Formats: sequence, structure tokens, C-alpha cells
Amino acid sequence: MNMQGRPTRPEEAELIAPTTFTGNRGLDMEEPLIFETGRLDATGVDIDDPEPFASRLGPHERAAPVGLPGLTEPECLRHYVRLSRKNYSIDAGLYPLGSCTMKHNPRLNEKVARLPGFADIHPLQPFSTVQGALELIETLAKTLMALTGMSAIAMSPKAGAHGELCGMMAIKAAIRARGEAATRRIVLVPDSAHGTNPATAALIGFSVRAVPADAQGIVTAAAVKAALGPDVAAIMLTNPNTCGLFEREIVEIAEIVHAAGAYFYCDGANFNAIVGKAKPGDLGVDAMHINLHKTFSTPHGGGGPGAGPVVLSERLAPFAPTPYLGRNGDALVMVEHAEGGQAFGRLSAFHGQMGMFVRALAFILSHGADGLKQASEDAVLSANYIRACLNDLMSSPYGDRPCMHEALFDDRWLKETGITTLDFAKAMIDEGYHPMTVYFPLVVHGAMLIEPTESESKASLDLFIMTLRDLALKALAGDRERFLSAPRLAPRRRLDETRAARQPILKWTKPAPG
Amino acid sequence: MRYLPLDDEDRALMLARIGASRIDDLFADIPADKRLTDLIDIPRRMSEMEVERRLSAMAARNVAAGSAPFFVGAGAYRHHVPASVDHLIQRSEFLTSYTPYQPEIAQGTLQTLFEFQTQVAALTGMEVANASMYDGSTACAEAVLMAHRLTKRKKAVLSGGLHPHYAEVVGALADMAEDDTLRAPPDVLAREDIAASIDDETSCVVVQNPDFFGNLRDLAPIAAAAHAKGALLVAVFTEAVSLGAVRSPGEMGADIVVGEGQSIGNALNFGGPYVGLFATRAKFVRQIPGRLAGETVDADGRRSFTLTLSTREQHIRREKATSNICTNSGLCALAFTIHMSLLGEAGLRRLARVNHANAVALADRLACVKGVSVLNQFFFNEFTIRTPRPAKDVIEALVEKGIIGGVPVSRLLPKSGLDDLIVVASTETNSDDDRAAYAAALAEILS
Repeated sequence: MNMQGRPTRPEEAELIAPTTFTGNRGLDMEEPLIFETGRLDATGVDIDDPEPFASRLGPHERAAPVGLPGLTEPECLRHYVRLSRKNYSIDAGLYPLGSCTMKHNPRLNEKVARLPGFADIHPLQPFSTVQGALELIETLAKTLMALTGMSAIAMSPKAGAHGELCGMMAIKAAIRARGEAATRRIVLVPDSAHGTNPATAALIGFSVRAVPADAQGIVTAAAVKAALGPDVAAIMLTNPNTCGLFEREIVEIAEIVHAAGAYFYCDGANFNAIVGKAKPGDLGVDAMHINLHKTFSTPHGGGGPGAGPVVLSERLAPFAPTPYLGRNGDALVMVEHAEGGQAFGRLSAFHGQMGMFVRALAFILSHGADGLKQASEDAVLSANYIRACLNDLMSSPYGDRPCMHEALFDDRWLKETGITTLDFAKAMIDEGYHPMTVYFPLVVHGAMLIEPTESESKASLDLFIMTLRDLALKALAGDRERFLSAPRLAPRRRLDETRAARQPILKWTKPAPG
Repeated sequence: MRYLPLDDEDRALMLARIGASRIDDLFADIPADKRLTDLIDIPRRMSEMEVERRLSAMAARNVAAGSAPFFVGAGAYRHHVPASVDHLIQRSEFLTSYTPYQPEIAQGTLQTLFEFQTQVAALTGMEVANASMYDGSTACAEAVLMAHRLTKRKKAVLSGGLHPHYAEVVGALADMAEDDTLRAPPDVLAREDIAASIDDETSCVVVQNPDFFGNLRDLAPIAAAAHAKGALLVAVFTEAVSLGAVRSPGEMGADIVVGEGQSIGNALNFGGPYVGLFATRAKFVRQIPGRLAGETVDADGRRSFTLTLSTREQHIRREKATSNICTNSGLCALAFTIHMSLLGEAGLRRLARVNHANAVALADRLACVKGVSVLNQFFFNEFTIRTPRPAKDVIEALVEKGIIGGVPVSRLLPKSGLDDLIVVASTETNSDDDRAAYAAALAEILS
């Protein structure tokens, strides 16, 4: 109850919100760049200069200053803590980015990844001193093979796109081994694919031929057949696909691809929907990357690091990159040079993303076979629940049929409102939500791709649904201003992206004096 | 299951709302004969305590670097990382956020990336840097591809001082992309004349400094020779701390600088995750792979940061993108930035001096061991020794004495005839006792 004549309704409060001296708004604080507050002589690390000694740097010694300011520890903590509070995070709220699988990141995983026996070991230590680390990699490798029903695995790819590169390099090596490198130059990629698929194929000299999806949002065997020929090396197909649908004709597609002498690369970004429900190996897949940072919950970290192990069929297994696990008697070793073998070579400096392996294995062991299956079912159930609760207001491009782990809407329902998908997404920010993935897949106009994951309670899903319904009703009722000016309550309002690209400022430079 | 908030009552209500009678109705698109009916043959769920116990047992079977005198480098380095770095990167807002595609609610990540880019550009002496790559080796391969695009040529010349793994990564990708690579033979003493290998077909020459064997190299004459032929110099480093003591690649005329950033802010982690650093000249910015954070303003005119120039990237350009990279090393880049901010100019320069002093002290000690010679004239915190017995055996014998003594060159370059060489690193984490123990053990093994 308002006892002192103070405004209590938000609209009133906003009207009289004062301009502050600091530019801060309560807990939302402005923070300068470290280059504007740090000093060249300040440091938060106490190190004494060494005793005088005869330098062996010779003529190579740095004379010029680096020009980097430092901060003491309390200043540094405050700087980065203040910055952190300008970020949305899974821990703070539902993060419905379709295709990104923003699920809960268990803290046990962070704890075990920091055990000195994992974090404080060097990739080039003698194998006799890292048997436990190799055991962990072997355990995870075998588990991933069991979950996918595939015969081999390459652990070194560092993220999803790097896994794609690994798989496509193995495919190219296999085609070379058959003596068909000169003729098989085409990779089939559906229009709805992640951009990484065509980019990967092009990186190693393939040309991309597009395959259209049908009116139901899936790639048909007939469409693949029409695109296949003796010049085709492989198809890259995402399953479940980027429209959130299981590719119903996948088995038939695999058969005709193989019959045409080509390979089947599966983009496993959406594996989270089918873990424990189906095995890619049973569907005819030759290679598939697994984003440990999606399906197995290693933290996204504001853009990585990820990890993208690639499972391989028997036909591609001989071409897997070095290094790979082997045995010398009872001892585990990494085979780092494949003498006389068909391995296509090395993909990155060391053995892969060990820190992510530990976290992913902790996640898998915690869930077990039963928990992983339940997680897939809950992810799919939650996406369908959202779809069912919104599809009377928002339009779905492929009609009212069940989806997998993500619900896809288009912008037909906004057509008469003058409000775009982007406006709608920005209004969600004012409601305290991170927007869904927007304008992807590219084949759906004004796409909104919602992936709730298995980590949300029913109460959380219900509030999200009610919020979106409320926004949708306001949009349809013509409350344009709410959307066009959004966000108004975030640390920043909409940014001038054109200016950022036209006059790129990519680092801080010292302002001219005066 | 402790991570799954829905219970059976919720599930039943949700199925009813959807209009499905059972969960498998939602999986009906999976061909019936491919749908799994049984659980996959892996163990069932475990409690937090059980998982921790199981993984701790595996961890206990490894010799952690901190538990022994430890001298391994060769591309990854053990440094002290301040406690506040690891604390800050575990804040939910950094750890559990996605790529900053909605800048209004991701200024924390975006501003730190802008700080990261500024720091990397300053350290390398270059005009611009990107928001990170997977690691140094993949950054190196991307640099070669970028040089191909810029020069419209397809042949890279790799120095014999380049880390062998980096050369293999570049070579494997070039092989698949049908580009040419000329890899010079191992150059233990930094005596190669790599400039002589540059011709009119060469897109770039790739030289590491400090090199794989620890030698310091003058890149300026190589840059001049490359530029005279219309080629670019790609400068590589694997030890970022060296930039606090050694002339920067930019100062010596490099066109693209790539390196491993692990040694600032990041643990050894048995090889990953690490953070690739990538810097170049401003005029090449539209050919850079990966993400870039840039400065702009918001609707209220306030300074803000956003991902920019994304028309280079795969999600926009697809097969015409500069790279296929998407997820990179955001959190490792953050750790780098925080550690760098704590060090500052003064701390970095002192840290680098201490590293150099420790390596000189170790080299002097090992050079006194009978039969051992130190091969480098100039080095930073790493050097190569020749031993009278096969290096592999020496390293194994040192392990028996509780010392992790370095990397036998033959592990990375088998069949190169370099079986008697060990690459040895010493950082600020080594004490004088560690060095004395190493020298004593080595003398005993070789006696």
C-alpha cells in the first residue's frame, strides 16, 4: 500500500525516472572500457623482478611498450562483475534459442573438469602419466558410439563446424581412395541447412547443389533422387531438421545416396531430440558430429568453447584423423602418426576438447540411459506443448503437426500489424526473456524457432506461453509502439548495426588530446 | 532425475493439452522399425556423489603438472592463473550465455570481446584482431586460407621451425582443399633460408617465433622477402607470454599474426579447450574469419557493442563465407582478457622476464650435465637440449624419478633422425629446487 504519496505504478515511475549523474539506473550500471580506467603501472598480480641475470633474448628483445593498462584485483573484479550483469543467461531465465539447445549446465560438471588430474595435465606428457585421462576419453568415445550406433569416432574436432569439416574430410579421403576425386565434386545441401554445412563443403573444394524441402518442411527421397548423379560426393542433411521435424524419409534417402555411390553426412546439432529414441547408425548415416555443448550440456560460454566429436560408419572409419586412441599392451596410448594408414591427417594441435569431455561424461553418467531418454522426451514434449498453446494465435509454416524438440512459427500472423519478427523478439526482451532464434531457417519467412529444452518446469513453460500470448494479442490489437520501440527496459535499446558495419571500430584507440 | 523439472503429472497434463495419448505419438515420424524400444546399453542414472567419485578415480590416475617438477611446453604452457580469473568466468552470466546475437542483453560478453580484440591487437602489434578461433593450430590454417584469398595464389611455404602439429593441420586442410604446401625440413638451429623458398606462386610464408625448438627469429627480413614477391608473412606464436619480452610480429612486418592464447588465463586441460588468437592489418578486415565485435551506439546514443561485419560469415554467406567457423572460444577468450587485465603492461613484462630468467637458469644447469648440450643461442622460456641417449628413454627415466622433463622431438617428428633432442620449457611456476632436481636426475640417468 502506498503510504507516502510515492508513485507505485510502473508507468508513473517511468515518467518521472530521473536522469542520474552517473548514468547508472540502480543496479544497471554503466561501465567504461578497461583502457579508460586501467593504468600502465597498475597490476593485480604480484610478481617480483628476477635477480639480475644474463639475458638470452639477444637482438630480439622487445623495446616498444605494449600499451596495455592493468587493474588491481578489486578493480578487476568489479569491472567484470558489472559487465557480467548486462548479460542474459540460462541460469537467470528460459533461453529458447532454437537450434542452440540452451539447457541447464550442471555445476558438478564444472567441478570435476577442474580436478587437477584433468585440468592440470599437459597434452604432451608421457602416456604413462595420463592413463586416467585416456580412460576418460575412451569411456566417452564408447558411450557416444553406443548412443549413436556407429562404429568409430574422431574426438579431436573442436566445435560443430569443425566436426562437419572432419566428417567431410573423411568423406573426401574415402572418395579419393576409390579414385573418384576428380568426378565427385558436388555436395547436396538442403536450403534449410545451417550455414556451416555449405561453408564446410566449399572449404574443401566441393560445390554445393541445393535440395528443396517439400511443403511439409522435409526433404523427400524423390527430391534427393532428382539431385543425385555420378558427380555427387555426399549429402549433408540435418536430422531432426532445422524446422524441428524428423526427416521421415531418411532411411530411403540413405539408401539411394549409397546406391549412387555417395556418402551421408548428418548434421547432429539437433541430436538432443532423439537420444535414446533412435540411433543414427540405424538410419544409414556415414558421419555425424555431436555438439557436446548442445546435447550434452557443456556451457556455451558466450560463444564457445564447444566440442564436436564425429561418429563414423564402418566405411569411413579407416579415414578418421589422427590422433586416435590405441593400446600398447594394457596401456592406453594416443596414436599420433598413422604410418601407412588411410587417416586423412591432423585436424588440430592436440587431442580435442578435454575440458568439455569431462563435463559431457559427467552429464551422461548423471542421466544414465534412462535419464537421457527421459530428457529427449521432455524436450520434445515441452516444444510440442508450446506449439499447441500458441498455434491458435501464431502461424506455423507446416501446419498443425507434432514437432521434435523445437517449435517453428512464421510471420504470416503478423502480416497486417506492421510488426516484424524482430520487433516481436525485442518486445520479449522487455518481458525478461531472451528471444527465440529469429529469421532461421532461411526458408521460412520471418521464422521464429523456439527450443525450450528439457530444463524448464511446467510453471516456467506456462508463464512463457502466457507472456507470448499476451504479446501476440497486443500485436494483433495494434499496439505497435510497444514493439517498434522495444526493448526499452534492457541495458541497451536497439543498436545502430549499420553504423557498426559501415565505419567499423574494432578496438579501443586513445582519443586525440584536447 | 535431478536435472529434469517435469514430473509425471506435468507430463500427463501437457500430453493432454497437445492432444497426444502417449509420448511416443510425438515420435511417430521416426520409422517404426527404427524406434528404440529398449534402453541403450550404458549405465543407468547416478547421483552427484557417485559421478564425482567415478571421475575423481580417473583423475587420480594422472600425474598433475603441479604435483611434480614439470618442464613440458611445445605448444601449451603451465602458468599460474589468478584465482579471480576462474571465479569470474564461472559467473552464470558469462558461463551460461549464448553467442551475443541479441546485443541489448549481451553487452557484458560484447564489451569483453571488444577488450579482448584490443588486447590481442596491442600484444601482436597489429591493427585489428578477431573475437577468437578454436586454438593456435586452427587459427594458423585459417590464416593460410586467408592469405590464399588475399593473394589469389594457392601455395603456402611453412618454416621448419613451425610447430609440427600446426604444419600437419595446415597440410591436411591444404591437401583436402587442393592447395599446395611446401614444408621445410625441421630447422633445429634456426639457420634455414626460408626466403629462398618464396616464389611468384607463394601466397604466404608461415614462420613461428619463438619457434618450436625455442629459438628466437628475426621475421623482418622474411617479411621483406615475402613482400618483394607479392606474398604475405603469417607469423605464429604458441607462447603468448613471450610477447611481453620479445619484439612483436607486427613490428617485424607480419601481415597476419596467429597464435595460441592458452598460456594467459587458461589451464593446460590436456590440450583443450584453448583459444586461438588472430590479428591482421585493417585493410584485410573483410577477409578475416570468425566473429568481430565492433563499437556503435544504441537508440539513445549510448556507446554499445555488437557483432559486426557478419556478411563475411557462414550464417549469412553460406558457401561464400570466409570460414565455416561458428562457435569459437568465447569463455577462454574471456579468461585471457581478465588475466591480461590483471597483469597489465607492468605485470606482463615482469612475468615475461621471470619466465626468461627461469629458462636461462635451467639451461645453464642442464648444460653442466655431462653429455648434455643446449642448442639455442637466443630463446625465451623454452629451448632444446641434445642428450647422449634417445630422448624418449631419457624422458621415461625422468618420469620414474618423478620429473616430467619435456617433450622428445621424436614424438612429434618421428623418423626425422632427431631422436636425441628434448624441448624443455620453464615458466614462473618452476622453483630453483625443481631445476636442481631436474639437473641431478638427468645427471644420474646419463651417468
